[in-house]
Amino acid sequence: MATESTSGSGDFLNNLGRVYSIYTGGFLAFVILIAVLEQMGVPNKILGYLFVFFTLAVYAIIGVLSRTAQVSEYYVAGRSVPAFYNGMATGADWMSAASFVGMAGTLFLLGYDGIAWVLGWTGGFVLVSILIGPYLRKFGAYTVPDFLAFRYGGNFARGLGVIVLVACSFTYVTAQIYGTGLIASRFLGMPFELAVFAGLVGILVCSMLGGMRAVTWTQVAQYIVLIIAYLTPIVILSTKKYGFPIPELTYGLAISDIIAREQQMLASGLATVANLKPHISPFINYSPLNFFAIILCMMVGTASLPHILMRYFTTPSVREARQSVAWSLLFIFLLYFSAPAYAAFSKLEVYTNIIGADVTALKPWIFNWGELGLIQICGKNAGSIDAIVAACKAIAGHTGVVRLQDFVINTDVIVLSTPEIAGLPYVISGLVAAGGLAAALSTADGLLLAIANALSHDVYYKMVDPNAPTVRRLMVARVLLLIVAIVAAATAATKPGDILAMVGWAFSLAMAGNFPALVMGVWWKRTTATGAICGIIAGFGLCLFYLVTTRYFPGAGVKYYGMTSLLNPVTGAPIVDIAKAMALPNAMEAFPTLAHPLANKVGWFGLTNIACGMLGAPLGFAVIYVVSLLGKEPSKEMQAYVDDIRKPRGRTVLEEKTT
Amino acid sequence: MPESTDLKQREEAHWAKTSRLMFMHLGVWFFFGYVIHMFVVPLNKIIIPILGFPLGFYMAAQGSLIVFVVMLFMFARQQDKIDREYGFAEED
Repeated sequence: MATESTSGSGDFLNNLGRVYSIYTGGFLAFVILIAVLEQMGVPNKILGYLFVFFTLAVYAIIGVLSRTAQVSEYYVAGRSVPAFYNGMATGADWMSAASFVGMAGTLFLLGYDGIAWVLGWTGGFVLVSILIGPYLRKFGAYTVPDFLAFRYGGNFARGLGVIVLVACSFTYVTAQIYGTGLIASRFLGMPFELAVFAGLVGILVCSMLGGMRAVTWTQVAQYIVLIIAYLTPIVILSTKKYGFPIPELTYGLAISDIIAREQQMLASGLATVANLKPHISPFINYSPLNFFAIILCMMVGTASLPHILMRYFTTPSVREARQSVAWSLLFIFLLYFSAPAYAAFSKLEVYTNIIGADVTALKPWIFNWGELGLIQICGKNAGSIDAIVAACKAIAGHTGVVRLQDFVINTDVIVLSTPEIAGLPYVISGLVAAGGLAAALSTADGLLLAIANALSHDVYYKMVDPNAPTVRRLMVARVLLLIVAIVAAATAATKPGDILAMVGWAFSLAMAGNFPALVMGVWWKRTTATGAICGIIAGFGLCLFYLVTTRYFPGAGVKYYGMTSLLNPVTGAPIVDIAKAMALPNAMEAFPTLAHPLANKVGWFGLTNIACGMLGAPLGFAVIYVVSLLGKEPSKEMQAYVDDIRKPRGRTVLEEKTT
Repeated sequence: MPESTDLKQREEAHWAKTSRLMFMHLGVWFFFGYVIHMFVVPLNKIIIPILGFPLGFYMAAQGSLIVFVVMLFMFARQQDKIDREYGFAEED
C-alpha cells in the first residue's frame, strides 16, 4: 500500500507539466463552451452558476485525489513540490480577494499613493528569500512556531509564536471568506450569508482531507484560473483601444490622456481643485511618512506571515526554496503590474464618458452596478436613467451634466465592470468572477491550514500530548481546521465593518511579532532565548496596543497616552479638532464604530495604525539585542545548530517522527 | 584537529561571503523600494518616449517590481554559487 502510493505520487510529480497543461487546455475549452452557450441564448445567471460550480468541482476533485494519511504529506506536502509549481501555489496563496478585486480599485481611487500597496506586497519577497525562507527550510520545521521553540528554548516561545500566528491569520482568513461571499452573492444572486457558507464548503473540501499536499495542488490550479481571468479582459481592452495586446505597456497612453483630461475638466468646471486628485501626483492621500511606512510594513510583514513562510517548507531542497521565491514573485508580479492598467483604463472611461456627459446619455453598464448600490450619481444609486435624472434635478443649479463630485463608485467595481466597459460578452464577466473566487479560496485555504497546523501540531502535539499517535494527530488537525473555518465564516457573515483594514493590520502584527525573532535567530548566534521572548512580547505588544487604542479606545489614547490627530497629507493640518472631539459626549466611548470622530484618526507622530509595525519591529530588535547581551551566550550546541541552518548541505536540524 | 579547523574556517568564510551578498541585495532592495520613490516629483517630469508614462509613476508601478523579480533569480544563482564554492551545497 505504502509503495503503491509512493509510486503513484511519483508518477504525478513526474508529469506535472502534462497534467497542468491538460488542465489549462480543459479550462480554456470550458470557457469557449460557455461562450457558445451564451450565443445560443442560455441566460447569464445559469452561465454564472456553471462557472462557479465547475471550478469548485475541479478544486474539490484535486482535494479528494490528494488526500493523505501521512504526517509529512499533511504538513509539508512530503517536501516534494518543485520550485516552479511551489511558486504558482505561493502566488495563489498570496493573492487574495483584496488583490484581485480591490487592488485596481484602490489604485483608481488613490492614484500614485495606491502604489504603496503594490510595492509593499511585492518587495517583501526579497526579504523572504535573503533573510528567512531558505534557512527555515533547512531547519526542517513544520510550522513557524516550531523554529521559535527550537531556537528559543521550548514551549513558551512556541506559545508566543502561536499567538502571533493566530492573531495575524485569523482576521485575514475572515476577510477572504467575506470576499468569497461577496463575489458569489454578486454574481449568483445568492444571499450573502448563504454564499459565505457555500464558499466555506469549497475551502474545506480542499484543505481538510489532504492538508498541505491537497492545498498545494489546488492552489496551482487556482493560480492558473485567476491569472487567466485577470489578464483576459484587460488584454482584449488594450487590443481594442490601442491595437496592442500588452496593457501594461499601453496604459501609459491612457495616463497621458487622463492627465490631459484632468486639466480639461478643471478648465470647464466639471471638477474643482478641491475634489480632483491628480492621478500621478504623489502624497495627496498619504503623507510621505505614511506612504513609506505602509510600504515597509507590507514588505516586512510579507516576510513574517506564517502562511507564506510555510509554503517554502515544501520544496525538495534549500536551493529550490530560493528559486521558488523568485518564481513566486514572478507569478505575483504578473497580476500586480497589471492592476494599475485596470485603474488607468477605468479612470479614462469614467473621465471621458461619464464626467461631462448628459445624465440622460449614460451607458447602460452603469445601471447594472448602480442597482446594487455600487455606483451613485448625484447622491442616489444609479439604478436607472429616471432615478438619476430626478436626483440631479433635486440639486440646486445642476445643469444635467455629470460633474466629478456627482459620481461615486465602489472600488470593487473597477475590475468586475471592466468586461462590460469594454463591451465584452457575459462569458468574460463570469470568467472574472471565477478568478476572484479562486483568489479568495486559495488564500483562505493557506491561512486556515496555517492556523489549524499551529493548533494541532504546536499546541496539541508539542504542548499537550507529545505521544499522540499519527492517526489521532491528523484527526485533531482536521477537526481543528473545521472549527476554525466555521468560526471564521460565522464572523464573516456578520459583515464586520473594517474587515479590509484588518488585512493591513495582519501585516503589521506579523512584522512586529515575528520578524525580529526570526531574523536574529538566523543571523545573530548570540541571540538568547530570553532576549527573543522579551523582544516578541515587547514588539508585538506595542503594535497591538497602538492598533487597539487608536481604533477602539481613541479617547483614552488622547487622554492618557499623548496621542494627537493624524495630519492631512496636503495641508499638514490636523484631520480632527481634538479639543472639540474630546468635548463630545461619546469621546471616551470604547469599541466605537468607524463613524466615531476619533476612531483611526489619532496616533503618535501622525503614523496611521496600519503601519504600527513601524513602532513594534524596531522595539523588538532593540529589546532582543539588549536583553541577549545582558544574558549568557547560547550554548555551544545551539550555536552549532545555527551553523547547520546556514549550510544547505546535510540533514535538516529538526527530524520529525512521522509515524 | 586540522579537519575541524578547516571546517570552521570554511564555515566562517562561507558566512562572510553570504553576509556580503545579503547586504548587497538589501542595498539594491532599499534603493528601489524607497530611495528612488522619494524623487517621484522630479522624475514625473520625465515622460518615457512612445509609452507615455511619467518616469516616477512608472518606477513605482513597474520598474521597481521588475528589479525585484530579476534580483531574486540572480540571488538564487549567486547564493548557490557561494554554497558550491565552499562545499556546502546540496547534491544535485
